Amino acid sequence: MTHAVAIPTPVSIPVRQILPYAVFAGIISLIVLYFVGAEQGALAVFEGTTVHEFVHDARHLLGFPCH
Amino acid sequence: MPLTETESTPAATAATLTVRSLLVWGLLAGLVGGLLAFGFAYAFGEPAVERAISIEETGTGHAHAGEQPAEHSHGEAEEEEVVSRAFQSTGGLGIGAVAYGLGLGELFSLAFAFAYGRVGSLSPRATALAVAGLGYLAVVLVPFLTYPANPPAVGNPDTIGQRTALFFGMIVISLALLVTAIAAARALAPKLGGWWSTVAAGLGYAVLVTVVAKLLPGFQEVPDGFPGDLIWQFRVASLGTSAVLWTGIGLTFAALLHRGLTKGRTV
Repeated sequence: MTHAVAIPTPVSIPVRQILPYAVFAGIISLIVLYFVGAEQGALAVFEGTTVHEFVHDARHLLGFPCH
Repeated sequence: MPLTETESTPAATAATLTVRSLLVWGLLAGLVGGLLAFGFAYAFGEPAVERAISIEETGTGHAHAGEQPAEHSHGEAEEEEVVSRAFQSTGGLGIGAVAYGLGLGELFSLAFAFAYGRVGSLSPRATALAVAGLGYLAVVLVPFLTYPANPPAVGNPDTIGQRTALFFGMIVISLALLVTAIAAARALAPKLGGWWSTVAAGLGYAVLVTVVAKLLPGFQEVPDGFPGDLIWQFRVASLGTSAVLWTGIGLTFAALLHRGLTKGRTV
């Protein structure tokens, strides 16, 4: 592997620096994944079937149990 | 405010990253991955979904939205259809895939933040691809092999709660075992060397995940007479959709990371 610009040595990011972001962005991301993957299937935050029907094909093709 | 302290890195010899840039790259990578996954799913997954729905509507499978055997024209609005098939297979699929990609891209960038600089001698880009590859293995492939994806018309509505819990449970177990295996490999490396500690951890993961998969209950809910080739076609398309998503995220993230690191300033 030769590069025009040398890649510097990776410096790990201290865990205490990652954690606040991990908690905040992690929770929001998991909520998004939940709505695509499971809402109005086994569990439901909102009533009805609109969310389920809306993401129906994505849910199936991403491998989640749908109905 | 919290990350400014890292920006006082002395020289460009050390590649320091902020979590904030990683999250932005994760979002962009998720967008690209989601769009690519949508394209793949639309081209290779939708034919199987449509075929399964037409079988469902002729009454072979379990009841879905409309219970009457209906004609095959999906463009026509069926009784109490909330979202039309035409939209489900295009806009719905696209929005679902992109939303999923964005969420996954963020989680990917967080996983990368922990892995970066902590996994042996891998370069930054190789670290990104390793995270994507191992993530696909632990989050997609192993849970899929335990509880395979099913097309519409397959699956008993009475067991949806159990199947969902077990599927998510398998993702959590698989991911936890992967993290444990990586920690074990790191701990064993000084003793066994990098090669054998990695081999031992990999084999340990494979054995444990197989035992767990065999201990958990399985479900055989394919209706009688449902075509086997359709299940196969759907499942390959499903695995492929996720493969495209994870590859898209990994490669896009690696490209953005490389660009950021070679710009010669702290990102």
